[in-house]
This record gives sequence, C-alpha cells and structure tokens, in this order.
Amino acid sequence: MSTSEAERTRTSGAELLRRVKSQIDEVDPSEVNELLEEGVTLVDVRGSEEFATGHLPGAKSVPRGHLESRIDMLVPDRSADLILYCESGNRSAYAARTLKDDLGYEHVRSMTGGITLWKDRGYAVELPRTLSGEQRERYSRHLLIPEIGVEGQQKLLDAKVLLLGAGGLGSPTALYLAAAGVGTLGIVDNDDVDLSNLQRQVIHSTQRIGIPKVDSAEESIHALNPDVQVRKYPVRIDASNIVEIIEGYDVIVDGVDNFPTRYLLNDASVRLKIPVVSASILGFDGQLSVFKPYEGPCYRCLFREPPPAELAPSCGANGVLGVLPGTMGLLQATEVIKLIVGIGEPAIGRLLLYDALAATVTEVKVKRDPECPICSREPEEISDEELGVFPDYEAFCAAAG
Amino acid sequence: MLRASVGGEKEVAGTGANVGEVLRDLATNHPATEPQLFSADGELNRYVNVYLNDEDVRVLDGLDTAVKDGDVLVILPAMAGGAR
Repeated sequence: MSTSEAERTRTSGAELLRRVKSQIDEVDPSEVNELLEEGVTLVDVRGSEEFATGHLPGAKSVPRGHLESRIDMLVPDRSADLILYCESGNRSAYAARTLKDDLGYEHVRSMTGGITLWKDRGYAVELPRTLSGEQRERYSRHLLIPEIGVEGQQKLLDAKVLLLGAGGLGSPTALYLAAAGVGTLGIVDNDDVDLSNLQRQVIHSTQRIGIPKVDSAEESIHALNPDVQVRKYPVRIDASNIVEIIEGYDVIVDGVDNFPTRYLLNDASVRLKIPVVSASILGFDGQLSVFKPYEGPCYRCLFREPPPAELAPSCGANGVLGVLPGTMGLLQATEVIKLIVGIGEPAIGRLLLYDALAATVTEVKVKRDPECPICSREPEEISDEELGVFPDYEAFCAAAG
Repeated sequence: MLRASVGGEKEVAGTGANVGEVLRDLATNHPATEPQLFSADGELNRYVNVYLNDEDVRVLDGLDTAVKDGDVLVILPAMAGGAR
C-alpha cells in the first residue's frame, strides 16, 4: 500500500468535510435572504420527506442521491447562480463540490448552517402542500417526470381550464385534462348528445343520447377522476355573456365551430389576457396554435377577417375523420398542460398544420401584427361594443344561418 | 378548402417570378380559386394567408415577394370546424 492510499483510508469523515468545505464557496443565510428577490436558484438537497416538512421559499427539491441525474433538467445553465442547502450545511457542501468539480457549474455555493440556521435567524419557510396518498398513487406517473413532479401536479390541481365546446375537440381534451388532474374544468355547450356525435365525441355515450352535453361530459369526467370540479355552462356564448364566463380561468381551450364565436373569444381573451389554445379541423386537416395575449400574436393577427359566409368552411355540416379531433384535441391538451406547468415550448407564434392523409405536420410562423385591430392596443382600450365585431358581421351571421 | 377548386389536388405546380404571378398562374389554370384568393381590387383576401416556405408573405414583400425554383407556397384559408 502506498503512502497516499494509506492516508486516504485513514481520513475521517470530519477531516473530509473540512477539506471539502475549503474547496467550495459558502454563503451566509443573511445574504441568501437578500438574494431571494433577485432570482437566485435555490436547491434543497435533502430527502423528499425532509423537503416536505418545510423549505426555503421557491427552493427546488433535488435530493443529493439524485443530484447528478436531475440537476441538468432543472438547471441546464452552467453559469447560473446556484445556492445549495440542506439541514445543517454538510450535505450541501458535498453536493456543491460535485456540481462544481464533476458537472462544471461555475457559480455554486453552499449555505452555512443549512435550514436549521436559517430558521434560527427567523427567515421565512415555505410549507409545501402535500398530495394525499391516493393522489400520490393516481398521479404517480406525473410525479416521476422531473418536469412535472409534485410542484407541477400541484399547479395542475390548482388550475382552472375552460373548454368551449364538449364536441369533437372538447371530448378528448376534457377527458385527458381530467385524468391529468386539472382541478377545475369549465364546459360551455348548449347542445344535447346526438347519435351522429358518437363517431368522434368519445366523452359521451350511446346511453346518454338526448341529454345535455355538459351533463354527459360531467358524468364521464367524474367517473374518471372525482377530484375534478366541473362547472357547467349550458349556454351559447355571445357578446353579452362571454366576459362573465371566461373571467378567472387560467387557460381557454377553443374548439368552437364558427367564426363569429372565434373572433369574439379572441377579442375577449386578449382583453382579459387569458391564453387560448386553439384548434380547428376539417376533413383530414387540422390546425393548432397557442394565442397568448401580448406575448405572441392573436387570432386576428393570423386572420384579420373571416371568409365570407359562402366560402366559410364552418357553415353547414362538414365531414371529418372521427379520429382527427382526437389527435388535435390531445395536442391542445398537451399545450394546456405545458402552459399551466410552465414547461417546454408552447406553440406561440406558430401554426401547426396536420395532414392526416399524408401523415405530415407543416409549421408556419405567425407574427404579431403591429396594426392588429385588437392586440396592438392596451387591454383596457378594448370596449365591450368591439368584442367579436368585424366588417359585415350581421351579413355573415344571416348568411351562415 | 381550396382543394376542391383544383380537382382535389393537395399540391399543384405553378410558375412565376414572384408570389403574385404564381397565384395568378394558379387562378388561370384553376379559375374556381380566383374569387377565393383575390378580392375585387386584385389584392389577396384578408382571410387567406400565403406562406413562402414558412414565412407569411405579408411580412415579406406581399405579392411582389420574389420566388425561385423549388420554393413552396402554402395557401391557408381560415377554417373554424371544431365542436359539433
């Protein structure tokens, strides 16, 4: 045995800790408290049970045992200002050395004294709300993806999503959002279930032909996930009720079948700054885009005016492949979840064109129109009278019947 | 939506030095597309978007945007099918 190996085997835990601490940067809780507002990234390296008993405000949980495999996902930027902490400041010291020496993070510090000293100094501690045992099991496949995890699941449970229409697009969207644990689902639809709906509207059933779609949808949603609160609006949306209905929702899913309502929804959602996940379908073709007011274009930036009624493909009964609203509705559900949890690249400023027959997706860019009659103005400048108005509105509706 | 006007084809070939000429060529060969593409004053209708590759020609030079061999124009009329 060589001398150095002999020394290494004799190194005590305490000596190793001293050596590690001399190799990393430490930071005092008082400085961390001041940095909180400046957007420093806090990482709690304790176990998830310890994290659940309370943590620093805004801290991310990366247990030390998962550090190497998960940190990339949560903090991809190697130059980010990172502060690690644990219970007393020892485990975070080891973790800091790993991030610095093995993974190349340039600005890593370990908080001295850990959360124990932090609490002694009287700084704020955030208590995470916990999921029930049943919820942990129901959403376990979400909890296993770091991009969602407990935090993301909690956001989903807190979210309120409004579905315009419980038809072709609304059916799959509602089912999957309910399954995903979106806490509140509003459904606007004044139709009854019809036999001809069942070729694609999978939230309804043969037994429920003739009953209101909102009731039928609620039954399926509750059968799938009783956690979800359903708010029913068995009305036709128009200029007199739209603001009242959509206010307070986090995301709106647009699956409406006519242009006047699409423009109305666009204008009202811009005014209230609510993102709209929009899709439309015809035959074998689907379109999808996310309209996030003031961050990306709105529907009027994409199409300033609807086509005249005789050319409007929405008027009258049109054929559609039954699977297509499923495909497009689930793309919508995916975008909704991304917006709520705050992950990925939502389709803002992009229009996806899906051609089912060719099995191709084409993407075109949609830019904000600096002369857009709606979103080029401040939300408070958009008056009630303007919502959903476009040239020849009256003629359009008359012709469309 | 325009497919019915070009005999059900998904892709048609057209010629011209700029976007306007290609669309005019399309309208000449398939007259049914003419009123869908152009307004009475010869401008592109506001409810039809034309993309050169993936860029809206309105943010380029509109109908005057130059095209070259192999470029793809996507003609996209607004559509609203969905709920029912």
